[in-house]
Amino acid sequence: MSWWAIVGLGAAAYGLKALGLVVLGPRAVDGWALRLAALLPAALLPALVAVNTFAGERRIEIDARAAGLAVAVVATWRRAPFVVVVVAAAVTTALVRAVG
Amino acid sequence: MDEVHDRSGDRTGDSSDDSPDDPRPGHGPGRRLRRDIWVLSAAVGVFGVSFGVLATTGGLTVAQACVMSLLVFTGASQFAAVGVLEAGGSLGSAFGSALLLAARNAAYGVALAPTMSRRPLGRRLLAAHLVIDESTAVATAQQGRSAREHAFWATGIAVFVFWNVGTALGALAGDAIGDPEALGLDAAFPAGFVALAVPHLRTRQGRVAAACGALIALALIPLAPAGVPIVAAVLGVVPALLFVRPAGPRPSGDARVGTEPGGGTEAGGGKEAGGAEPGGGTDADAGLEPGGPGVPA
Repeated sequence: MSWWAIVGLGAAAYGLKALGLVVLGPRAVDGWALRLAALLPAALLPALVAVNTFAGERRIEIDARAAGLAVAVVATWRRAPFVVVVVAAAVTTALVRAVG
Repeated sequence: MDEVHDRSGDRTGDSSDDSPDDPRPGHGPGRRLRRDIWVLSAAVGVFGVSFGVLATTGGLTVAQACVMSLLVFTGASQFAAVGVLEAGGSLGSAFGSALLLAARNAAYGVALAPTMSRRPLGRRLLAAHLVIDESTAVATAQQGRSAREHAFWATGIAVFVFWNVGTALGALAGDAIGDPEALGLDAAFPAGFVALAVPHLRTRQGRVAAACGALIALALIPLAPAGVPIVAAVLGVVPALLFVRPAGPRPSGDARVGTEPGGGTEAGGGKEAGGAEPGGGTDADAGLEPGGPGVPA
């Protein structure tokens, strides 16, 4: 990979971030657009969870990650501290992998 | 100038974890927030090591791996770019994969913009580099502009440091830590994001957006290249905005996960939403912030 490619990728990645934070985001000044901006994480975070847990190569995969997610959901529901949620999920996934 | 203090405060936090003094009393539960940021950052650091290893075994020099982490600073994109090249893909497809995965950062930027809108342009241009999954998730889990901004800088800087130190270690020292997946660390991020999503589920609009976003992403996993399912999930806000009446200006009500009335989060059932949203009870929420690292309790 050439230096130009690395710098170019960095510039493009930064451009996407700045596009949202500096260009598009500040245009959300009226109520509707602000509500949309405020709702974006509500839609994106569960999508991120779903993809990080169930995505395989162009197919849904239910594997050790799903066990970790299940533990995380239960721990969150039981109001466990953040640390506990994260560690319990990782340990569960590692154990399921070690056994499987 | 606020953030300057924020940042120096967080640096202190990085080096002396449980110092009894919150550097900024009255600005949120610093210690809990710091501890939670530590957890995320540590996991990021391990993945940084594994990125450094992958990059150097995939043909990048140590310097290139380090500069890539400094400049690109989007883990998923970097793994994708290096992975595609290592698998023999073209530079174009490596770029394409990386940018599809990076596109969600634009949506994060939009979500974070109101928090930063009063800051000078230079500050916002600097902040833009730190707009990633972790900083967005932690920041938007907080209540109030200053708490969000503080959490954004703290998380962004901590993750940036850990990601880059991890990359350098991995590139220089090779695979000393082992496979992060054997440690289950790939499950750490979705778990953390589950917890951090909780505050967004307080309103019925949030729950509809969450359900739609997750469904869109799942449906697209088999159909679209990596990155697209997450970006497309922004469309989950459309049914939430169109069919669900917003609750008051201050999200409240009991948002316990999984106990929202029935399957009533369907877009069509949203007409009665406004009335169904219990009014008060903000205090009752305090205890159910496993996910809100540092949500003022």
